[in-house]
Amino acid sequence: MTLIGWSQTLLFFALVLALTKPVGAYLFRVLETDARPLPRVLGPVERGLLRLCGVSREEEQTWGQYTASLLAFSLFSVLGVYALQRLQHLLPFNPQGLPAVGPELAFNTAASFTANTNWQSYAGESTMSYATQMLGLTWQNFMSAAAGLGVALALARGLTRRPGPEGRKTLGNFWGDLVRATLYVLLPLSFVAALFFVSQGVIQNLAPYHGVTTLEGAKQTLAFGPVASQEAIKMLGTNGGGFFNANSAHPFENPTPLTNLVQLLLIFVLPAGLTYTYGKMTGDTKQGWALFAAMSVLFLVGAAASYAAESQANPALAVAVAQDGNLEGKETRFGVAASSLFATVTTDASCGAVNSMHDSFTALGGLVPLVNMHLGEVIFGGVGAGLYGILMMAVLAVFIAGLMVGRTPEFLGKKIEAREMKLAMLYVLIFPLVILGLSAVSAVIPQGTSSLNNAGPHGLSEILYAFTSGVANNGSAFAGLNANTPFWNVSLGVSMLAGRFLMMVPVLALAGSLVGKKVVAAGPGTFPTQGVLFTGLLVSVILIVGALTFFPALSLGPIVEHFLGAAGKVY
Amino acid sequence: MVSTLLVALRASVVTLVLTGVLYPLAVTGMAQGLFSREANGSLVRDDQGREVGSALIGQGFARPDYFQPRPSAAGQGFDATASSGSNLGPTSQKLRERAVAEAERLRRENPGAPGPVPAELVAASGSGLDPHVSPEAALWQVPRVARARGVDPARVSALVRSQVEGRTFGVLGEPRVNVLTLNLAMDRQFGGAASPPATPLGAAQPVSPSP
Repeated sequence: MTLIGWSQTLLFFALVLALTKPVGAYLFRVLETDARPLPRVLGPVERGLLRLCGVSREEEQTWGQYTASLLAFSLFSVLGVYALQRLQHLLPFNPQGLPAVGPELAFNTAASFTANTNWQSYAGESTMSYATQMLGLTWQNFMSAAAGLGVALALARGLTRRPGPEGRKTLGNFWGDLVRATLYVLLPLSFVAALFFVSQGVIQNLAPYHGVTTLEGAKQTLAFGPVASQEAIKMLGTNGGGFFNANSAHPFENPTPLTNLVQLLLIFVLPAGLTYTYGKMTGDTKQGWALFAAMSVLFLVGAAASYAAESQANPALAVAVAQDGNLEGKETRFGVAASSLFATVTTDASCGAVNSMHDSFTALGGLVPLVNMHLGEVIFGGVGAGLYGILMMAVLAVFIAGLMVGRTPEFLGKKIEAREMKLAMLYVLIFPLVILGLSAVSAVIPQGTSSLNNAGPHGLSEILYAFTSGVANNGSAFAGLNANTPFWNVSLGVSMLAGRFLMMVPVLALAGSLVGKKVVAAGPGTFPTQGVLFTGLLVSVILIVGALTFFPALSLGPIVEHFLGAAGKVY
Repeated sequence: MVSTLLVALRASVVTLVLTGVLYPLAVTGMAQGLFSREANGSLVRDDQGREVGSALIGQGFARPDYFQPRPSAAGQGFDATASSGSNLGPTSQKLRERAVAEAERLRRENPGAPGPVPAELVAASGSGLDPHVSPEAALWQVPRVARARGVDPARVSALVRSQVEGRTFGVLGEPRVNVLTLNLAMDRQFGGAASPPATPLGAAQPVSPSP
C-alpha cells in the first residue's frame, strides 16, 4: 500500500462527491420538471419519438400499468437480442463471418443484457458480430439503464407524491421516463464519453480484424470493432458487458490510467446523482444526502479492504518470487491500487465491468466484491436499481426503528403498514433464496462442478460468485468458470431474470401502495430519515441483512481459502 | 393489454434504431474524422515502414536481444482475438507450478540480472495483451539484452529510462514501459535486430569470464 495508491481512491471519491449535486439537479430537471434544455430542438424530438412509439398523449399510469409497460418492453428486449444473435450470420456488419449463436447462449445473453446484468458466457471477439454488439447489446445497454431509472423514479414518486383531493394514485408514465432518460441523459453523455475514449486509444471502426507481422516475425491478428460507443454506455448505464472477453482490462477498451478513472466515474455518476434527485423530490435534499452518506461509508470501507487485501502476496506465487502485492490477473498500467479500486466500484454499483481478473485476487480480495454484491447492490448500485434498492432498505430501517419505539413507522409521512412490509420482505428474501438455492444445487451436481477452473474452496467461490453476480444483476465473474454450457447458460439466465423482475415488481407494488397514502405530519415519535442517526441505522440494516444471510456460505469459500492459502496449501 | 404490447413493440424498434444504429454509427463517423489513428488501432510501423503491431496491444518476445513482456494467457500467448487472464486462484496448484517454471526460466536466461526475479514477470496480466512492464522489470532485463547485442549496458539502461511513462497527473496508474516501443527504439539506436541466437536459450554461456 502506498500513499499514491490511497490518493487515487480519495481523488475518485472527491470527484464523485463534486458531481453528485450538479448531476442530480440535472436529472431532477429533465425527469421531474418541464424545464428541459434546448426545448426548441429536443422538445420536438422527444415528442416525435414518443409519437413513433404510439404514445401520442402521455398519460399517468397506475403501478399496474407502469409494471405492465415495463414487462412488455422487457419481453421484446429479450426477444430482440435473442433473434439478433440467432440470425447474425445472415445480417450485415459481420466481417469475420461469425456463425449464429447457439440457443442456450443466446438466451443467456438476451436475459443478461435486458436485466442490466451483462454477464457474459461468451468471448465477444470470437462470438458476436458487430451487428449483434451494436443493435443488440448497445441497445440494451441503454434501455436496461433507462428502465431501471424509471422504476427508481416510480418508487420515489410513490414515496413523495401527495394525494390531492382527487386522490391521485399514479406513478408517472413508463414510456415518457424511458424516452427522456435516453434522450436527455444517456445518449448525450455517452456520445461525449465515447469520443473521449477514442481520443485516448479506444478503437471505433467497422473494419475486419487486422493482421500484422510482429517484430519477431510472428503473425498477430488484432480484433477490431465499434468499441468506444459500447464502452461509454457500458459504464454509464452500469451494464458492464465488455466488447472483448477481457473487458476493461483489454487495452482497446481501457488503454490508460486516465480512461480508467473516467470509466470509474461513469459507473458512479448516475447512481450517486440520483440520491440528490431523490432529495429534491422529497423537498429536502438532506434526505438524499443521508442515503449518499450510507453508500459512501460502505464504499470507503470496501475500497480500503480491497486495497489492503490485494497489497498482500499471492500465496500461489509465493514460492517462486518475492511479491509486493498480487499482480496475477492485473494490468501493469493500473497496478494493485487502481485494480482493487475498480473491483470495489464495479461490484458496489451493479456494473460488473472488470479491469483485472477477480478470480485471481487473493482470497480476501475476492471476498470484497462478493460481499458488495451480497449487500444487495445498494452501494450506489445500478442506475435506478441502486436508488430503489436502498429505499427498500430504508423502509426496513424505518420499520425496525418503529418497532423499537413501539409506534407505527412512517417514511416521509407515509405510514408503513403490513402490506408495505410484506412487499419489502419479499424483495429482501427473493435475493438470497435464488442465490443460495441455485449455488447449493450447482455445487453437488456434475453439470455444475464440471465447469470449474479451480479446485478446493475456490471452486465453491466460483459457483457462489456466478449466482450472486447473476441475481444481483452485476455481471462480473470469477471468470475461470466455464459458463458456456447448457446448464450454466439456462440457470444463470433464469437467475438474472429473477434478480431483475421478481425484485422490480414488489418495488413497483410498494410504490403503488404508498402513493395513495395520506401524509401525516411529523410528530415527536417520528423517526427522522435524514441525519447521522438514520444513516447509521441504514448501514447497520444493510450489513445485518447481507452478513447474516451469506456469512455461512462465504466462510466455506473465500474465508476458509484465506487460511488454507496462508498455510501454503494448494489444490 | 394488446395496446401495451403494441406500444412496447414500437418502442423497441424506435429505441433500437436510435441507440443501436444511429448512435454507434454517429460515433464511428466522428471518431474516424477526428481521431483516425486511434480509432483504427494505434498501429505502429518500424523504420522501413512495415506495420509491426499496435502500440496498445502486447506481443510475444522470446529472443534474448529483445525485452520480454509478462506471461500471457490469451490463447497460446498474445492472441489478440482471444483476450483473457489465467483466472487461476490464489490456492491453485497450476498457478504455483507455472510461476515456479517461469521464474526458473527467467533466472536461467538472465544470469547477470541484478536481484531476484520481479514478481510481475511471472504473473500473467488480466487481458493477456498487456503491452507494458514496470520500469524495474525492464531494467532487470538490461544485462541480458545488452550482452545479446554486444552493447554497453549503461546505454541500454539509459534508453529504458527514456521510455518510462509516469503516472498520469502524478497520481493515476503506475509507471511503465511499453515493450514494443522500447524494442523498436532498441533497433533504431543499436541497429536492426541481431541475428537469432545459434544456441537455444537454455544453453547461454556463463557470464563470468574464465580466469
